[in-house]
Amino acid sequence: MNETLSVISLLRSKFGESIITAEQKTSDGTATIWVNPDDIRKALSYLKDEITSPFKFLYDLTAVDERKRLKRNGQPESEFTVIYHLTSFERNEDIRIKTALNGEFPATKSITEIWTCADWYEREVYDMFGITFKDHPNLRRILMPRSWKGHPLRKEHIARATELEPYVQEEYMRTEEDAELRFRPEEWGLEKQSEDTDFMFLNIGPQHPGTHGLLRLVLQLDGEDIVDIVPDIGFHHRGAEKMGERQSWHTFIPYTDRIDYLSGVMNNLAYILSVEKLAGIEVPDRVNVIRIMMSELFRIASHLVWLGTFAQDMGQLSPVFFTFNDRERIFDIVSAITGGRMHPSWFRIGGVAHDLPNGWEKKLKEFVSYFPKRIKEYEQVMIKNSIFKARTIGIGVYTAEEAIEWGVTGAGLRATGFDWDYRKKRPYSGIDQFEFDIPLGKNGDCYDRTLVRIEEMRQSLRIINQCIDNMPAGLYKSDHPLATPPRKERTMEDIETLITHFLGVTWGLVIPEGEAMIPIEGAKGSNGYYLISDGGTSSYRTRIRAPSFPHMQMVPYISKGYTVPDLLAILGAMDFVLADLDR
Amino acid sequence: MNYAFIIAGVLLVVLNIAALLIWLERRLLALWQDRYGPNRVGPFGILQVLADVIKIFFKEDWIPPFSDKPVFVMAPGILMATILLTFAVIPFAPGFLVFDSNIAILFFLGNSSLGVYSIVLGGWASNNKYSLLGAMRASAQMLTYEVFMGISIMGVVMMADSFSLKEIVEAQEKTWFIFPQFAGFLVFLVAGIAETHRLPFDIPEAEGELVAGFHSEYSGMKFGLFFVGEYLGVTLISAIIVVMFFGGWMGPAFLPPVFWFFFKTFIFICFFILLRASLPRPRYDQLMEVGWKILLPLALINILATGAIILFL
Repeated sequence: MNETLSVISLLRSKFGESIITAEQKTSDGTATIWVNPDDIRKALSYLKDEITSPFKFLYDLTAVDERKRLKRNGQPESEFTVIYHLTSFERNEDIRIKTALNGEFPATKSITEIWTCADWYEREVYDMFGITFKDHPNLRRILMPRSWKGHPLRKEHIARATELEPYVQEEYMRTEEDAELRFRPEEWGLEKQSEDTDFMFLNIGPQHPGTHGLLRLVLQLDGEDIVDIVPDIGFHHRGAEKMGERQSWHTFIPYTDRIDYLSGVMNNLAYILSVEKLAGIEVPDRVNVIRIMMSELFRIASHLVWLGTFAQDMGQLSPVFFTFNDRERIFDIVSAITGGRMHPSWFRIGGVAHDLPNGWEKKLKEFVSYFPKRIKEYEQVMIKNSIFKARTIGIGVYTAEEAIEWGVTGAGLRATGFDWDYRKKRPYSGIDQFEFDIPLGKNGDCYDRTLVRIEEMRQSLRIINQCIDNMPAGLYKSDHPLATPPRKERTMEDIETLITHFLGVTWGLVIPEGEAMIPIEGAKGSNGYYLISDGGTSSYRTRIRAPSFPHMQMVPYISKGYTVPDLLAILGAMDFVLADLDR
Repeated sequence: MNYAFIIAGVLLVVLNIAALLIWLERRLLALWQDRYGPNRVGPFGILQVLADVIKIFFKEDWIPPFSDKPVFVMAPGILMATILLTFAVIPFAPGFLVFDSNIAILFFLGNSSLGVYSIVLGGWASNNKYSLLGAMRASAQMLTYEVFMGISIMGVVMMADSFSLKEIVEAQEKTWFIFPQFAGFLVFLVAGIAETHRLPFDIPEAEGELVAGFHSEYSGMKFGLFFVGEYLGVTLISAIIVVMFFGGWMGPAFLPPVFWFFFKTFIFICFFILLRASLPRPRYDQLMEVGWKILLPLALINILATGAIILFL
């Protein structure tokens, strides 16, 4: 903390007192400063490039519409706030930089020159809030359709379709919409021809077996060589962030399951940790261990889907069946414990939904003894296969510096040899009490990403094993008054407790104002829910930092010069989920 | 009259085998992939193919309006015609042979080269970028394997002293050519897989990349022809391998020769299916590299060595 404070004073001494208009206290303890909008660019580039132990990593960039805020607690006057979330790996610290903008459709300076990965983030902010970024190379909508009216995350925008008249598409609307969809390469920043070739444009997607969902990649091809790619995303956009502002703190939990829909309760964890930080809830040890155990199970489940589909992308037909079978074994355990399979929505604010059932460890023990053999089999079938090696070694290479520049987290970052795992560096839920290793790659190619993930499954298994052996006794839900819903035996005592329960269920609980974000190590990369509470029954702003978003942004950069089959290898090795990408 | 029976017999057997293979492949893949496969229609799901064929016959015969119609229609026909014609020269058993040609091997090679036209033309006429890429890959792939495919079997021709497949089988009375011609066999096997466009060499089709490659736009019975053509191709290549390297119909006398022929072919067919279940797909430039840098020299050395041995011993 002291070091970050010294950064703040460094900023002051470099640019004068006036650069920082305010310092803000946050629930998660992240240093948060308000910087004058005119100075934002120089402040950020100073923090990134000039100080010792710099903030190299743009973890997130987002905005919030402050016009409906009730409790600003002395924060600077602002109608729209743009928030830059930076991480310094050397310091192992974060800093949140806010800049206040005023006006109906305000404008600020783009930082794409400082961070390449700010490109998509700024487009998203523009799309969602109507904030313009000056000097942005390509400021267009990114998630919403181009014909969309309004900017969804502004407070005046409707939240559900029932607030509108029934939708009718007239003939003229369809023609307009069709005309809008016509592909004009110039609009995408693509040249039709170079000096010696006419390029071919190939649409991969929105429906394509290699994209694992609704994703459109516009390829500029010279023969089969990729000259450029423009990803077109947003087909899977469901407005989860907007829903966060409508649902109560408690009822938003099931929505989180469906963000990265392969890693189930791990999404709950990221959300719940932030809520608990806001509410100041400490959970019992048993809850922590249960949560870690379930999250690691889901990490294996998610990696299994990735492994199988990756093999499928490489033309290998069988592994996907094996991995899905094994995933089914995991779902057996999950459904025995939680009652749900893919999306159990099982974590609760202050605990988990119910206690572990009797004999829960039996199935888990079976799985733990069964699975290592299978991992070995996968290694033999896939990563030792020479064709597989030929398809992945040296494909989609990036260095640690490039990965950091582009906002890559998770296995993609560790495959470059950069040791950064939020479980080790920012232990949450007591995961520092467990013994496990962080596998690292060396070359940062598709092959190393495969190796890292396969080893991660082994390590997750180790963690699960320790959970089985050392499950603490105790409560499955905290005694804190904000734990939701309160334990049943505590609600039936008298009318007072019943009323508390009733209010918690009907209106939803009231979380004290503040803001918090706990980044966790998700299956795909770092996952974080940046929550701003205005002291209401639902969040004022729910920002979901999803790992697939920056990863997908990097695809054009790492695929140029390769061929179409290599692109499929790169996409396959990346491990993205469309729902995570578009939210 | 006799000829008519044999031709009808060959067509009947071959086409039925191809249809049955669809079922066999699905069941075998399922077995190797821990699942059931078709098991609802008829005993062990064997009538599934029949149901599929009926369905495919009743499908609308749709030709994309943007395609080059005559070529589009012709392409699957070329595939079927070339493969079925080649069966004319396959000796199934002594006397069970449509046409004992003295240039049977050249006939086979010629037909297999013509067969590529169906893919290239089909992909071209579809007027679809994925199909075009598939067709482009098919021609690149053909340029690679056609060369060493022909060369790899010349060793067999030298040893049998004949281009006639019947005489090649008869020349294997004492030893099957797999032993003296092992290198030739390996090269021919790889070329054969490439010829049938099956995994790992289904590069023109590449489901995960090019959707279905050259036949993306095909549906109904025209797709059915490509589909059955693939299995006919597998049968054909397996049969040719058996004829040239595994002694054709030769086998212990307690069972009829035709049984041995089909038994050996069946094993190779299963091998093809197993390959599909286990291997990933290389890139087409990698396939070409292996073809030109390893398999072609290997085939040439094999010819030289065979020639030298025949000449000096």
